[in-house]
Amino acid sequence: MTQIELRGIEKFFGAVQVIHNLNLAIADNEFIVLLGQSGCGKTTTLRAIAGLETIDQGDILIDGKPVQHLKAADRDIAMVFQSFSLYPHMTVFENIAFPLRATRMGSDEVDKSVREVARVLRITDLLGKKPSALSGGDMQRVAIGRALVRRPKAMLMDEPIGALDAKLREEMRAEIKRLHIKQGSTTIYVTHDQIEAMSLADRIVIMHEGFIQQVGTPDEVYSHPANLFVAQFVGSPVMNVADASVAEAASAATVTIGDAPAGFEFPRELLSKLNGHAANGGLTLGIRPEGVLVRRDAAPGYVPVEAHIIEPLGSFDVVDLKVGSKMLRARTKAGYVAGPGEKVHVRIDPEQAHFFDTASGKSLGVRL
Amino acid sequence: MASVALTHLDPASRAAARGWSDLTIRNVFIIPTLAFLIVFNIFPLIYSLGYSFTNFAANRSDPWQFVGLQNYRELLSDDHIWSNFVITAKYVIVSVAGQMIVGFGLALLLNRSFPMKGLITTLLLLPMMMSAAVVGLFWQLLYSPSWGPINYVFGLGDFAWLSNPDSALYAVAITDIWMWSPFVMLLSLAGLSAVPQHLYEAAAIDRAGWWYTFTRITLPLVSPILLIALIFRTMEAFKTFDIAYTMTTQPTAELIAIRLYKQAFQQWDTGKSCALAYIVLIMVLAITNLYVKYLNKVKER
Repeated sequence: MTQIELRGIEKFFGAVQVIHNLNLAIADNEFIVLLGQSGCGKTTTLRAIAGLETIDQGDILIDGKPVQHLKAADRDIAMVFQSFSLYPHMTVFENIAFPLRATRMGSDEVDKSVREVARVLRITDLLGKKPSALSGGDMQRVAIGRALVRRPKAMLMDEPIGALDAKLREEMRAEIKRLHIKQGSTTIYVTHDQIEAMSLADRIVIMHEGFIQQVGTPDEVYSHPANLFVAQFVGSPVMNVADASVAEAASAATVTIGDAPAGFEFPRELLSKLNGHAANGGLTLGIRPEGVLVRRDAAPGYVPVEAHIIEPLGSFDVVDLKVGSKMLRARTKAGYVAGPGEKVHVRIDPEQAHFFDTASGKSLGVRL
Repeated sequence: MASVALTHLDPASRAAARGWSDLTIRNVFIIPTLAFLIVFNIFPLIYSLGYSFTNFAANRSDPWQFVGLQNYRELLSDDHIWSNFVITAKYVIVSVAGQMIVGFGLALLLNRSFPMKGLITTLLLLPMMMSAAVVGLFWQLLYSPSWGPINYVFGLGDFAWLSNPDSALYAVAITDIWMWSPFVMLLSLAGLSAVPQHLYEAAAIDRAGWWYTFTRITLPLVSPILLIALIFRTMEAFKTFDIAYTMTTQPTAELIAIRLYKQAFQQWDTGKSCALAYIVLIMVLAITNLYVKYLNKVKER
């Protein structure tokens, strides 16, 4: 039972402010992922919670008690480092036993706990080995074992699988999820990989330049991005973003991207929902590649365009379509568009369109 | 091991364009070095081994005789020599232990960032850069019974450090500790700064206290380089001559190197001195070997 709360955290490195007024409440057993580019302050936030970094302003509360003045050892929090940080001169057993022995646990109990954790992580046969003899994935299993063994109040993970190769990353991702479901401890996980974040998190916290951009479930941040940064950071292939203008037509509204000759048809209610925002000219349309619908033959509402570049990705293709001077990336069935230069017809699915204020980047919250 | 034949460089190759070929380097650097070592180190070593089986004396022109193992037999059954060895052992233990403790302690203090760290480190290194004979003479003044600053500071009246048979050896050892602790400090600092910071962070997260972290993480990771410092200092302390010779004439502080000097250059007993030198050499080799064996074991861990 561990809740963690961050209240008004500010952190400076010299004159540079790396965390700005950060507020976050983490519920018991929740898996929170801090997501952002390198240098966005996510790791600093994690280290501040762990007690490896001081904060200049604000409170860190664990179960309602302020801990910002406590040393790391007194916060009862475990952490898995990106560099694994295994003790090189100790065996796997001694590494996992270290946090227990450091608090003078009896040797029978240490032995029992270590073997139990090793069984869960399936590393029992590695217990006698030195870290230098392990593969990357096994090193990370040992590091996780060292964190799990003492049943900490919370687990912090700093890009724990960032140093592994792609296949192993996928494997370990599943394993971390399995462990969290099984052990159920409050977990804060830092990564720059949005796929990791989406697949693991109960809630994702997206950070950029020291500010929280959005907090929400993977579905919320994907379907309702709060601003352009979130919209483009989450999701792959990346969301299309373009300056757009809205005009009134006979029975509908048309949205024109940049200087394109033809606009896309939208339901008329868009006009009232935008509430005149379009008139200022500062409107940005965001549409994920799967919201760009492509047909080979003409159909009402579809605009003729030319395919430019095709990236075949196996299960689907990403096709760059030339709309005016802009490129619109669409996701199609594999092989649907034969090759560059082919003429196709395209429509934007109004239900998947997002509208942002160009100046502030904020979502206008308009959904059709 | 496969032998690699030296060949002439292809004159068109990049190595040739850059500079000297392996053959040139061999002729310019390696052959003179080998010649120097053979003439001034290996030849005297073998020659003195020959002398150690004779009654040769360097200051007399009498014909010398081959005496077999007699020199060794006499030396090893001489109580004086054994007492010299006991004195040397005491000196080595006190002085090396002192240097390891003081040097490693200083390194622990210096292993963090603070203002003027570089300057302070350099100042602490000064003692080991001085000439040992000069250090001995200065400490003789510092220990002076009537007006030496040491007795003044510690309020010891006119305690005669260097002419008191009980304290002379330890007074010399203290001087040696002062002079050579910086060496241990320097090596320890290198070892300490090679321990990755993230291991300390992991230990802090794992709730290890200061002492637990020190004994379980710092010491094991620094111990190989500490052992190297220990090997160097033990060898040097065993051979100490200059500091002790300039500071005191007390027979209780007569180290084996001083005994050897007297035998060789005051009694001119050259053959026997060579034998004694060989006994010392074998002892130093034996001790060093023990350390190296242990060092390899530590490194394997």
